Amino acid sequence: MLNRDEDILKAAEDWKKGGHGVALATVVETWGSAPRPAGSSLVINDDGTFLGSVSGGCVEGAVVTEAMDVIESGQPKMLEFGVADETAWNVGLSCGGTIRVFVEKVA
Amino acid sequence: MKLETLTELNAERAARRPAIVVTDVASGEQRLVKLKDFAADPLRDEFDKALRMGKSGMVEVSGKKLFLNVYAPTARLVVIGAVHISQALAPIAQALGYDVTIVDPRTAFASPERFPDVPLIAEWPDVALPPLNIDPYTAFVALTHDPKIDDPALLHAFQCDCFYIGALGSRKTHGKRGERLRAQGAKDADIARIHAPIGLAIGAVSPSEIAVSIMAEITAALRLPRAEKEAAA
Repeated sequence: MLNRDEDILKAAEDWKKGGHGVALATVVETWGSAPRPAGSSLVINDDGTFLGSVSGGCVEGAVVTEAMDVIESGQPKMLEFGVADETAWNVGLSCGGTIRVFVEKVA
Repeated sequence: MKLETLTELNAERAARRPAIVVTDVASGEQRLVKLKDFAADPLRDEFDKALRMGKSGMVEVSGKKLFLNVYAPTARLVVIGAVHISQALAPIAQALGYDVTIVDPRTAFASPERFPDVPLIAEWPDVALPPLNIDPYTAFVALTHDPKIDDPALLHAFQCDCFYIGALGSRKTHGKRGERLRAQGAKDADIARIHAPIGLAIGAVSPSEIAVSIMAEITAALRLPRAEKEAAA
């Protein structure tokens, strides 16, 4: 409840209906102090325009890049970001938490 | 997510009906569950908890990792009375994430100068309330202390499935109110829905403190499971 986000899911629907490739990135798990709770989402279109957030701005850039691949391939992806996880990703969360983000195409 | 699913989800959200999207994160398989189908769903216990807490999260069911994304409507607070307590209550409720609407037919009270950031309806409850579609995600408080305004508002609230009804006034005042409302057709079960005296007993004195006690009671009504709610009351 108490979802005060601007209506990004409606934007995703409108983008898709307007002919854009669209991906939806959603925080599905968090450990430690994560900036946004599970269920927070980011919608991205094939112009690279995005709305919403999955962190405090720390990893959005990387999520957008991955989302472009997902729009291209149609295959969903699970991304994980955390300070201790430098092997997989160069971006981390300065707050020390870990988040897992599910990225899927709107098809 | 299929465009069709997204479109249906947005329609449920626009209608202020809760919905849950269940995603198998390994396969990407997904389904949208609407309010009317919650009770019959094999995941109903998980749904109930997720909805009550308004929390999305992972669950593991027969070896599958599923993400439950909960889309619950924004909670609303409908306040009858543009009074001093309401001036303290509105910003606290807004900070807690509620959409607040204030109803008071007395234009001297319901003025934008007194309530700069709150939607005000300067009409009598019988005109103001029906279009608000008071629903299970709405809390309703009557604060005018004036039976001409509070009583018809409460009679309207009884017809609605709102999650909280509270009314300002001492036990004695509330006793008289009960008699008046019964005379106008309210049932004992309706009167029993009213939290009165309003708010948790925290010894509140000032309007701001009363506002805190009201929002604490509303939070308990929203979040606690039924048994604990009764224990706290």
